[in-house]
Parts: sequence; C-alpha cells; structure tokens
Amino acid sequence: MSFAESPSRIVYLCSVLFMLVSPNALKAGAKYKDLYKRPTQIPYPSSNTYSDARMILGRTLFFDPRLSGSNWISCATCHNPAFSWGDGLAKGIGDGMKDLSRRTPTILNLAWGELMFWDGRAESLEAQALGPVASTGEMNLPIDQLLAKISKIQGYKTLFKGAYPEEGITKDTISKAIATFERSVVSGKAPFDRWIEGDETAISEKAKHGFTLFNEKASCSQCHSGWRFTDEGFYDIGLAGDDKGRGKILGDIETLQYAFKTPTLRNVDHRAPYMHNGSETSLTKVVDFYNKGGDVTRGSKSEHVKPLLLSDDEKDALIAFLKTLTSIDAATPVTMLPR
Amino acid sequence: MKRFLVILPLVITPFAFAKDHIITQKGKAFSESEITLAPGDNLIFKNDDDTSHNVFSAVEPMKFNLGIQKPGSEASHKFDSAGVAELRCAIHPKMKIKVTVK
Ligand SMILES: [Cu+2]
Repeated sequence: MSFAESPSRIVYLCSVLFMLVSPNALKAGAKYKDLYKRPTQIPYPSSNTYSDARMILGRTLFFDPRLSGSNWISCATCHNPAFSWGDGLAKGIGDGMKDLSRRTPTILNLAWGELMFWDGRAESLEAQALGPVASTGEMNLPIDQLLAKISKIQGYKTLFKGAYPEEGITKDTISKAIATFERSVVSGKAPFDRWIEGDETAISEKAKHGFTLFNEKASCSQCHSGWRFTDEGFYDIGLAGDDKGRGKILGDIETLQYAFKTPTLRNVDHRAPYMHNGSETSLTKVVDFYNKGGDVTRGSKSEHVKPLLLSDDEKDALIAFLKTLTSIDAATPVTMLPR
Repeated sequence: MKRFLVILPLVITPFAFAKDHIITQKGKAFSESEITLAPGDNLIFKNDDDTSHNVFSAVEPMKFNLGIQKPGSEASHKFDSAGVAELRCAIHPKMKIKVTVK
C-alpha cells in the first residue's frame, strides 16, 4: 500500500480539512482573544498592602474638598465616578475656576498602571496622589497646610490610626491611603469580557469584526493593547498644539516630543471628549482622526499613525467594538466626611 | 539593618575579558529582566520590533541615554564601573532591565 492511500494519510487530510472549516478557526478575532483576558486580582505593592481601613480612609480623603485651598475641590470633583472617574470636560478646571491645560484622565484600573500623569512624570500612584493637591493651578493647598488641616479633624485621627497605626498623619500616609483607594477602582465585566470568556452572544458580529480591525487593519492594538487597552507607552499621535508632553520630562528624544501616555479604552464611550487636550468630541471623530493619519506631520510622530483607508462600514464596526468595552459598574459608596 | 557596599578588589586586564551581551527588544519587552556583567562589558540592544525603542538610565554614575532606536537597529553601551542600574525604555516604561556590574 502506498503512502498516498494509507490510513494515516487519510486521517491527516481529514484533520487538516477539519481545522480549515472548524468554527473555532473561523470565529472572528479568535486568535487575539488570549491577549485580552482580565486578571483575577488587584495587585498591591508590598510597601503599601491592602486593608479595608486603608481603602476607606483613601476614599474619604478622595471625596473630601478640604484637600484644597478653597475647601471646595476634592479629587472626585474632577475624577467623578458618575463620569467613569473623569469630568466630561475637554480640559480640567482648577483653583479659581481656571482651565487647566490637559483633559482629566480617568482613574479606572490604575492598579496596573506604570507611570502616572499624561506625561509620566510620577513613578507611582503614591508619588502622584498629592501632586494635584499642592499644584497652585489645581487644588492649591501646600502640603504643610494640608497636614495641619487634616490633623485638626478629630475623625481623621481615628481613621489614620486604623489604617496606618505606626505612622500617623503624614504626607506619606495620605498618599498611600489615596493610592490604595485608587487601586480598588476597577471597571467591571463588560460585554467584551463575556465574549472573551466564551459567550459568543455577548457582542454583535459587527463588533467582532471591529475587534479584528482593531488588531489588524486599524493597528489600534499597537498601543491600545491588553485587557486595559493601553501599553502604558508615550506617543505623538499627530494632534495639533504646542504641548510637548513627555518631551518636557525626558528632553532629548525626538519621538517623545508631543508624546502623551496611551489612555485606557475601558468605558470609553462614557468618557467623551477625547485626547489629552479634549479636542475630539466623539468616538466617530477619533476614528476619523486616526483614519486620516492624524492632523499634523512632524518628526516625532509615531510610525503607527498613518492613513488607514477604512471604509465607512469598517469605521462603524470599530465603534461598535469600542462600545462593548463599557461595564455597568456598582455605585461607589460616598463615606460621610469626618468633622 | 544598614547595608554596606562591598567593593571587591578587582584586577582588570584592559580589554582582555570584555564581552558583548546581546539583549533583544521584542513585543515591547527586553529579552532579559536582569543581567550581570563584568566591568568593561558591552550590552548590545537589538530592536526586533516594528516599533521604535529607547534605553536610558537616569541615575549617576551609570547615567546614559541611547536615544531613539528605529525598528531593526542596534545600539550599545559599555559598562565601565561596578554598580547597579535600572534601565528603562523612555517610550514604553514597562520595558525594564536591571544591570549589575561586578
Ligand atoms: Cu520601547
């Protein structure tokens, strides 16, 4: 019997044929799904481990407007849970109702973050937490005044004792408590996650097509990668303007001029307007912006931002996919502030 | 407990034992997360990605910055003196490698 007719050859041919027509192989975007699985627990650093007392203290501080010079602006004023932890504005508003220069980023899923702020100038959530408090343009409360003010509030003494019994009320413990609360802010399971877990009915066929485009033709996943849809990197995407972003922090590298951190896309359809400067008012406009390869051409612009030649149907599919990233999250309890 | 830096007496014959170590940059990660070198050794960074990378160290005395590395390019740095440095890509901060020279 020749090999051509041997049973092993027939089995081999059948299995190749099976693989070619198997529904698994044909399912849209199946080969990328493993790259988007959610983690099962929140990472906390060994230098600031989780306790309920720390999270509750952090949440109390986060919602307390006495962390500002005016006693009127809290962290939550800009990072508003009802706006998916942003403010829904093109640019943040700081002390004295003055506009800030960049859009308020969401605090969703920062437990997995790397560098903080749009330009990455803070190494951790702890290092970031008091930046906006002390900044004269933002909450405008110098740290020594913050410590004096918080130390005088009786209820805080008890909260700090429960959270950091050895350390008392210090700049460090205030930062650590706020960081602990922020790490607990995680977007819940969205239709997209249920699809990743295997429920084929969780998102539409159009959205699945959008997911394939996201990973291939539109090259979104070059930067918006992983379950949080960010690589934590810094890129110039070709937006007009003179804000040099990360270029101001790490001067001499050309690609970091006008570069800003890749933002997460979780709950993105609840977080308009978009971009670091709030210049795009809708997801449609964002997709149009990338489809034409950005607005300006300069040496620093990322090699991944180039004309995409997406059809109208493809743009619709991409947006249908982006809308599957939104979760309906439980309401955040707002703790009574100590007096 | 206090930590002491132990400086081992080293006898170095110039250039005799200097080695090149190749680190690749692929999938926005370095091929190693840490590496131990001898003084005088070179690290050669090979960008096997389709995105630009960088390598820098912000802390003296091992402060350096290799600038922008386009896809397909190589860059190298010679580590002359003993110590520890945390190198990072300025574009992709999740790319980190700890270098110990001893
Ligand atoms: Cu890199």
